[in-house]
Formats: sequence, C-alpha cells, structure tokens
Amino acid sequence: MSETGIGVPVKRVEDRRFLTGRGNYTDDINQPGQLYAWILRSPHAHARIKSVDIKKAKEAPGVIAIFTGADMASDEVGSIPCGWQIHNKDGSPMNEPAHPPMAFEKVRHVGDQVAIVIAETKAQARDGSELISVDYEVLKASIMMNDSLSKDALPVHDDVPSNICFDWELGDKESTDAAFEEADHIVSIEVVNNRLIPNAMEPRAAVAEYNSATGKYTLNTTTQNPHVIRLLMGAFVLQIPEHKLRIISHDVGGGFGSKIFHYAEEAILTWASAKVSQPIKWTAERSEAFITDAHGRDHETSADLALDKSGRFLGLRVSTNANIGAYLSTFGSSVPTYLYATLMAGVYTTPNIYCEVKTVFTNTVPVDAYRGAGRPECTYLLERLVNKAANETGIDPVEIRKKNMIQSDQFPYQTPVALQYDVGDYPASFNTALKSADYEGFADRKSDSESRGKCRGIGISTYIEACGIAPSAVAGALGARAGLYESAQVRVHPTGSVTVYTGTHNHGQGHETTFAQLVAESFGIEVDQVEISHGDTGEVQFGMGTYGSRSMAVGGPAILNACNKIIEKAKKIAAHILEASESDVEFKDGVFQISGTDRELSFAEVSLAAYVPHNYPIEEIEPGLDENAFYDPLNFSFPAGCHICEVEVDPETGEIEINNFTAVDDVGRVINPMIVEGQVQGGLAQGIGQALLEGCVYDESGQLLTGSYMDYTMPRADNMPNFNVSTQSVLGASNPLEVKGVGEVGAIGSPPAVINAILDALNPLGVSDISMPASPLKVWQAIQKAQ
Amino acid sequence: MTRGDPTRRRKKMPTVSMTVNGKSVSSEVEPRTLLVQYLRENLGLTGTHVGCDTSQCGACVVHVNGESAKSCTMLAMQAEGSDVSTIEGLAEGDTLHPMQEAFRDNHGLQCGFCTPGMVMSAIDLVRTNNNPSEQEVREWLEGNLCRCTGYHNIVKSILAGAKAMQG
Repeated sequence: MSETGIGVPVKRVEDRRFLTGRGNYTDDINQPGQLYAWILRSPHAHARIKSVDIKKAKEAPGVIAIFTGADMASDEVGSIPCGWQIHNKDGSPMNEPAHPPMAFEKVRHVGDQVAIVIAETKAQARDGSELISVDYEVLKASIMMNDSLSKDALPVHDDVPSNICFDWELGDKESTDAAFEEADHIVSIEVVNNRLIPNAMEPRAAVAEYNSATGKYTLNTTTQNPHVIRLLMGAFVLQIPEHKLRIISHDVGGGFGSKIFHYAEEAILTWASAKVSQPIKWTAERSEAFITDAHGRDHETSADLALDKSGRFLGLRVSTNANIGAYLSTFGSSVPTYLYATLMAGVYTTPNIYCEVKTVFTNTVPVDAYRGAGRPECTYLLERLVNKAANETGIDPVEIRKKNMIQSDQFPYQTPVALQYDVGDYPASFNTALKSADYEGFADRKSDSESRGKCRGIGISTYIEACGIAPSAVAGALGARAGLYESAQVRVHPTGSVTVYTGTHNHGQGHETTFAQLVAESFGIEVDQVEISHGDTGEVQFGMGTYGSRSMAVGGPAILNACNKIIEKAKKIAAHILEASESDVEFKDGVFQISGTDRELSFAEVSLAAYVPHNYPIEEIEPGLDENAFYDPLNFSFPAGCHICEVEVDPETGEIEINNFTAVDDVGRVINPMIVEGQVQGGLAQGIGQALLEGCVYDESGQLLTGSYMDYTMPRADNMPNFNVSTQSVLGASNPLEVKGVGEVGAIGSPPAVINAILDALNPLGVSDISMPASPLKVWQAIQKAQ
Repeated sequence: MTRGDPTRRRKKMPTVSMTVNGKSVSSEVEPRTLLVQYLRENLGLTGTHVGCDTSQCGACVVHVNGESAKSCTMLAMQAEGSDVSTIEGLAEGDTLHPMQEAFRDNHGLQCGFCTPGMVMSAIDLVRTNNNPSEQEVREWLEGNLCRCTGYHNIVKSILAGAKAMQG
C-alpha cells in the first residue's frame, strides 16, 4: 500500500527547489544573445496619438529597434480576443471592440502599450524609451462607471458610443416580481464590491525567441495556462500555427487569476523577436504590474430580498453594474455573469431570483478574474443582505439562515439560476462552524470587551461556489468559446517510475505533490517515484490550465483515467507472463496477482516487460506503457461552507482587531490536508485583505493613486490573525475523485463575515453600513456620523 | 559577435569585489547596478527575487556581513569588500538549514517567490532574538510580503525554525 497516497499530509515535493533558490521563474531564464525590452506606456487615461517620434531614441546607446502600434497594425497583427461571448437581454451579442496589443491611434488607460524599445540592456531600453516623443491629444476620461454612463461621456471605444459592453439578465423576472407582490417584508441594500489589484508576488515576465532556421517561436511567460495562450495568441493575434509555437511557463510566482489572461506583452514580444531575430526579455516592474495586470471585482449593486412573515425568503432581485475596464480581457465577460449571477441562490431555498448585469467600459485597466471571480461578489451581496434582513425582521442571524437553508435530503437541488447543486450538507458545516467559533460564548466575550471600552461583534457568512470549471457543453451553451476539459498523459517508464503530463498548471497549489499522491495511490507506489510535468506546450499534449479551482476536480480525473488505462493494459501483460486468464489477475497495492495464489508480479516487473517484450502478448497489445486521457466533467463541483469572524473595534480610533476567524469548508475529498489548509488560509488573507485593507483608487483623470506597495495596502503578517480552519466534507458527486476544489473558498466566504462582524460591533452605536475596505478612518467616521 | 553582445560599446566600468556564499567574486559593473541585479544577472544567483520597486516586499533579502538587507535597495558597489550570503548558500550539501527545513515541515511556502527573502529575514530575526514570540515574528515580517499563505504557516515555520536553530 502506498504510504504517500490520498489523504496523507505528504510534505511538498516542490519545496526543496524553492527553499534553496533553485526555482525556475521566467525572469530567471536567459537566452544566448538575449536583448531586453522596455515598454513605453501611456501616461494618459484617454488620448489620441497624433504622432510618435522615435528618431532620437533609435540613436540612443544600445538601442536595437523600436516598434509602435502602427508597425503592428501594418503587419496586420490581430486583436486580442475575448474567450466568452455574452448576449444582451434582447439576444444580440455583446459589444467587442478591437483590442490591439499595442495602442493604435488611441490610448485607453494609463499603462496602455505605446511602443516597445529593444536594447542590449534593460537600462538602455528604458533610457531609450525616455527619448521617444509622443504627441497626445488628451481626451476626457471616464473612470467611474457613472462617468462612462453619463450623457456627456466620450466613448472609450468609438464604435461603442454607449460605453456598455452588454446588458444581460438571468432568472425569471416575472415570477420574481410576483414574489415581491406577496412579500411581508422587503429588505433592500446597496453594496459596492471594491476594486482590487491581484498582486501575485512575481511580476509578469516574458522571454520570446524566434528561430529563423526552423520558423519556430518559443515564448517563456508567466501564465496559468500555456495552451490557452498558444491558442489565443497563435490563432487570433499573430497567426502562428500551433506546431511552430511553444509556450513555456515553468515556475510561476502566484497567479490568483491575474495570470490566466493573454496579455499584450506576450504578443508584442513574440512578434518583435522575429523582427530582430534575437531573443527578447521583458520583466514588469511592480509599478508596471499595478497599471497593466488585470484588476478584480469593481461592482456596484442594488438588491432586494422578499420575505414572508416567518422570515422565509420568497424572492431576490439584483441589479449590478460591473466595470470591465478599457478592454475586454480574456474572461472579463464571464466573471460578472455566469460566475456571479448563477450563485445567487447561495445555500438557500430562495425560489425566485432575477439578476441583471450591465458591464461598462471605462478608461481603467481591464477587469477580469481574481481569486473567486464573481463568486466573492455574489457571496458578499447575499450575506450582507441576509444579515440586513435578520436585523430588520428581528430574527437572529443564525436562525434566519437555518430557516432558509437547503437541507441535505434536497439534492440534487435545482436553483432558479441555472445551476443544479449535486450534493452537500450545509447545516452540518454551519453547525460545526458555530461550535468551533464558540458562538454561544460570544455574549460573555462581548461584555468583557465592553468592560474595556471596546465594541465586539460577530459576523457569519455562508457561501457556495461552482467550480471545477467546467462541463464543456454547459460552458459552450453559455457562451464559452473553448472546451473546458482537461488532459493527462501517464507515462510509466521501464523500471516502473512514472512521469505525468498534465494540462493544468502549478503556481503554488502543490500539484507536484497532490497529483503524485493520486498516482501513488493508483499504482501502489510512493510519490518519489512520480514526476509531474506541466507548463510546457512542447511536452504536454493539451490543457486548459489552472483557475476556477479546477485542477484536481477536472485535471485529477484525467490523470486517474489514464492510470486506469495503464492498469488495464498491465493486467493483460501480467496475465500473459503468469499464464493465467486476464480475469483472474487482480491489481492491489502495487502487485499483480492471480487470485487465490501466490503467483504475482510487481508493478515494476510488468513495466519492464512492457518495454522489453520478450515474453509478451504482442498479437493482442502494443509494447510500452504510456496512456492518454481527456476528462470532461458532467457538472460543476460545489464547495460550500461557513465562515465566522469575531472582531473588537476601538470606538475611539476605529481600529479593528480580528480576534478569531473560523472557517469550516466542505471541499469534498481531501487529497492532502496540509495543502488544503494552506489554500484556505491564503484565500482568507485575500478575503480579509479585501474587507479591511485593499482598495484600488483612481483619481478623476485616471491616474492610479494606489500604484505601489506604499499606497496599496497589502495584508502583512502583523495585520492577519491565526486562522481556525477545518473541513467538513460531503464527498463530491460530480467527478470520480469526489473532490470539489479548495483554491478559492477562503476568498469567497470571508469578506462578508468580516463586514458583518464589524456592523454587529457597531450596531449599538447606530452604524448600519460600512463599505470595503473598512479602514480605521472609515470606521471612525461612520461612528462619528451616527452619533 | 552578435548585436546583443553586452561587451560591445561599453565604457570602462568600475570593478566591484566581494565574497558571495564564501566565494570571492570580482566583476566590472555599471555604477548604477543594484546588488540584486549583480547577484542575479552577473553571478546567476537567481534565488534572490525582485517583487517590487519600492523596497517593500522583501523578496530580495540577503545577508550582508551577517545582517539582513534588501538587495534591491543597495548598489552592488556599496557591498564592496562585504561578505554576502544568499539563499543558495544556506544548505550544506543536501542538508537544509534548520530554517529551510522548518518552512518545508510547516508548509510555509506555496508559490515560492517570496520564500528566499522570508527565510533569509527569519534567520536574521533569530540572530537578534533567539526565542521570538508569535507577535514578534509577525512584527519582524513587516518588510516581507507573501500573497499565498496568509502568513499563518510562515509564522509557524519561523517559530519552529527558531527552536531548531537553538537545538
């Protein structure tokens, strides 16, 4: 039996190289003869480019070449495509204005690409860029969504005069309106989901190389999905066929969604590398990352909840404006729609739901998926609204949730917003969380705080998310322009060690360990016999990458299926050698055995026979032990859970201390409990960061005021608590591994728990609303205003 | 000679000498070269990372004469004659430093990008305070950002590493 199989907290395989400084991140890669690029970016949020004068810059020391948007346009470089087409309420398709990799004629946000300067050193490229003279005609910019929607707004894209990308709806408006007619209570809320900047610690980077002898391009880039980049950039932007384009992303220093998208720099570098016939490297500075990495969230929502006399939810009506930024990013259109409105039932039995979403172009960085992507926005709205309903009806926040919760005998549960939840037990995780957070003892702790002049509050949030993205047929019907299956190749070597090629991507999640555990369990071997290969389109056949907590839920079953094909074939080989019938061969704990006898072969012995087929059923099967599988799930998986936050607020200063944060999550089968806990903890920090610290701020002219770590408040060790994290799982029913996904739960469940706790603490002072991030200043001002 | 040959058209540059991970090194550098660039680009020691440009994130922490320093915030020439150690110099052969081992045992890293700076910084904490409290660890990490772990397991790792370093 494998001692490092499923369920064991195996220490991570990948750690040793990171701990000894031998990771292989994109900026660590250098090619012989490599040049360096600096990208000149727009200082204006909205301007026409009247002319670009590169004459002086071209003569600067070390400068090899300079290219502008006009050069790319004259080469007929294509537009960066959007991966998901949404339709308007009237059935017409969304507005999809062109997204040239380098701005041509017009710049649309501060940071938009204007020119690439290629030089012998990075410093020379940067020095050279300062000699470029761009004549801009500065135009009025629209930064907030209201600016874009106002009558005198200029269009961000001339071919979209309304500045509306799409106006979409989900759910039954008529039945929902009818539910409100019958309601005893109607509770209304307006919330803003604050705009965030993802800030993976590794800035984006790329090294592009063109080999004129073979006509092949190689791009090393910081991506979560190399095959998707190959497809988007190759087929749509640069017209390079797949067999001539290799995308590599070895170690990637965090993504959180921000490294899913096909970024302009990838296309610019790849295109330019052929122009200069030398490798080119570009690495973003952090200040550049702030103004070019896709941002997250940025919703403004108003919603109403209809309840009957007893507090039962009858209907939910939601109207959201979502900022989509200056351009449609790869998944920008799917985040505020199918990853958002489809979760509006939460864990509740609300029978009638209607949600409409308008997405708005603004002169800001594109907005796209950031950890949770749509589901944190939904959960924040729902759980703030439920708490408000509890306050307004006088029903306890625990009771109102219990009263409306889907019960464990109601599965599969069809929601009114398209999804069918496969399996779960929401009351179980809810009750466990209440117990673990000592909810009952809160009153005592509150009076203790009060005796010290502090306000104490407790906040609850439940959540559900659809992940394991996604069943291709469903995604396709909803507008996805690609399949969302996953592939795996399991190659057993002659001596029984194994290499697995997966189309998912590891950038901190520990796949090199957990995927190896899965293989170890299947073959009855240990993880040190298994190598996981990912992040190279030259090695891995195909894949859709890692996001949406899909790697184990979709990539895992692909590996499992390939392992099962290996076992099936190996049984035939074993039966032949043991001179038995195949049906008599059992495979258990790494041994092929004839049932009821002591005649057996080890996994390694059968592997060797497959590659040294001297005694082999050659008429029946081929030599070798190497199998492929593609897996497409039948449904999403649905992690769910309950988060409880307890805070103490100092009313004199507005300072907030998190005294306890409890998360009980149902993530399905746990492959490695150590890694699962780490994933939840990291997600919680990002969710608590959103609630208390982080917020992207632009000034009216579109300059990013939070453009560095001096201005954008990242969570630091001394403002995070220790987390009380546990799992309470019902095994998943949507995939054969019975997993659900864990990458995003922390960031989804936590923000409303924090805000509900603060509002609970401030309730006696008359404060009924606070927006994120709830900084001490904001809290203090809210207290003063209420007095 | 290719067009990208860095030796082409170079003016005579000053020479900097120091000891890095116990080895004497000496190179011509442009005067504006940062210590982190020198380590990464001239010496190929890419374990030290650059995560920001405002001296905030700490991914670049190394030891200069035994004390932690942000190598993005000093010029290579300021390290003239110094004894510099980086993440690559910590393990002895296959044996990890106790602080490295503690990070591995306690799942104190995920993507690994901030990790070298965290480990180097943590070792300097233990040098100045061999029995830090949890609060002291959290305050010490003021200059090191991690986006993956939520710090929970980093703090746990450093407390365990501090203990192991005493053993």
